[in-house]
Amino acid sequence: MSVRVLKPGLLTTVQDRGRHGLQHLGIVPCGAMDPVAHALANALVGNGGEEATLELTLIGPELLFEQQALVALCGAELAASADGEPLPHDRPVWLRAGTRLRTGRAARGSRAYLAIAGGIAVEPVLGSRSTYAPARFGGLHGRALRSGDELPLDPLAAELAAERYPRLAEHAARRGALRSVRWSAPSMTLPEREPIVVHAMEGRHFGLFDPAAQRAFFEATWRVTPESNRMGFRLSGPTLAAAGAGEILSGPTCLGTVQVPANGLPIALMADHQTTGGYPKIAEIAAAEVARVAQLAPGGTLRFARCTLEEALALRRAARARLEAALRALAWEYGR
Amino acid sequence: MALRRARTPRPLGILPLGDCAAYVEFSETLDLQVNAVVQRLAAAVRARGVPWLRDIVPALGGLALHFDPGHSELPAAALEASAALVDECLRKGLPELEAVGREIELPVCYEREFALDLEDVAARAGLMPDEVVRRHAAREYHVLMMGFAPGLPYLGGLDPKLAVPRRATPRAEVPAGSIAIANEQSVAYPYAIPGGWSVIGRTPLVLFDARRDPPSLLAPGDRVRIVPIARAEFERRRTL
Repeated sequence: MSVRVLKPGLLTTVQDRGRHGLQHLGIVPCGAMDPVAHALANALVGNGGEEATLELTLIGPELLFEQQALVALCGAELAASADGEPLPHDRPVWLRAGTRLRTGRAARGSRAYLAIAGGIAVEPVLGSRSTYAPARFGGLHGRALRSGDELPLDPLAAELAAERYPRLAEHAARRGALRSVRWSAPSMTLPEREPIVVHAMEGRHFGLFDPAAQRAFFEATWRVTPESNRMGFRLSGPTLAAAGAGEILSGPTCLGTVQVPANGLPIALMADHQTTGGYPKIAEIAAAEVARVAQLAPGGTLRFARCTLEEALALRRAARARLEAALRALAWEYGR
Repeated sequence: MALRRARTPRPLGILPLGDCAAYVEFSETLDLQVNAVVQRLAAAVRARGVPWLRDIVPALGGLALHFDPGHSELPAAALEASAALVDECLRKGLPELEAVGREIELPVCYEREFALDLEDVAARAGLMPDEVVRRHAAREYHVLMMGFAPGLPYLGGLDPKLAVPRRATPRAEVPAGSIAIANEQSVAYPYAIPGGWSVIGRTPLVLFDARRDPPSLLAPGDRVRIVPIARAEFERRRTL
């Protein structure tokens, strides 16, 4: 059972919760850039959470479902249709065999997640199905989708769709040829009014920057440049001068580390970031905020609000509680 | 016992690395003795099998402990819990370095065709190219850290005479297996990637293969002995 890729979209990759425990070998965690939207999409089709979804970037793909499937689209708002009917976002949608799913350009946010009941059944590599394109492994052939690709689905995907969808039936609504429900999952990570405000802690080398740069970092409005990718978001704004402290010893980095290379323009490290880096780290984005940053499109703007470790932890706990409540409610719809 | 304890350096600090990791910092400069302690501490922490620690990453001057933010046993004060864990490992005594890593032979061919920057390094170091090769191959190296790319080792123990800076202009693509030097260290490129270090040789071994177990030829703490090989031997080893 597979899905045929008619058009690949701008950058469509298979992602899951990431490849963990191997950073000491230089192996990056990868995984969904917006793990919140990814988790909601999975829960909407009754998946447990381990399953891989498709990450759509800015312009989505066109896919042909050869058999019936239960799907959900979360994250970035992009025009989507199934055999010409508008595909509703943030809810489970049953597709009959032979459905052509078209997705377009993102109007809000930059990354959408398409989950399919049973998940995308590419072989796990080093414990994860996530694509790591820089080293060409994981996902489908270690790369983004191309036209003509056959995306393998769980062998039971059609059965799962047939079995899971009727459980939702009492809430079901027919919309033309599509079958969906009247309720939807909340969207939690899409950018509200820009510049979005992103909480960040002072980084290990904050003190190496001159006072004007320290102020500018937290006062300026930063713009995500087109050179941004899954490894890092390059930000444009005022140039941040580091007091000539010489070379920094290369050290560990993590998701959300903001480092400043010699050109003075910060880079926020995202899901495919390198495990170590030798540039001064001016800040660390609170983990709870990274998914919202990931939804900024090139040209999108943000400001950093200084926070303490305790505040970052509180944000993380609150975000986690919110997501878990939503996931529990969705699991309940499937009788779990 | 008391003497040995006194010789184990204390960390400079245990700092937050974001809100999902701790960095146990021992040194802000490259120091092989300090790195040996980092490797031994990494092994001690790993042996504890703490369920909420997702990644234990020895780096040049310290150890990063990455938390699993979704783990049910993650303490509310994970940074403090990490500090207590490190303290306990240091108090109980660390394993010897010899017990942490393996000894691995790395065949390297220094033929001019692979040694893209050998002449340049020789000129900067004021040595003949053959002397650069002899000095590079003569040392025993330690894997201080893996990073920059999957399976890419930072090797400490470079002859100080070979300590050249990074190239002013990085190469858009350094061939897979390239052995390069800069910053008093040597690296080996696991696959073709951009890089700014001076290339002086190439190994025929596959340094990284995601479908192999373990995927990386080298791991932090390993000791690496270089075996210089001729072109014919390179070809033979490559097709193995």
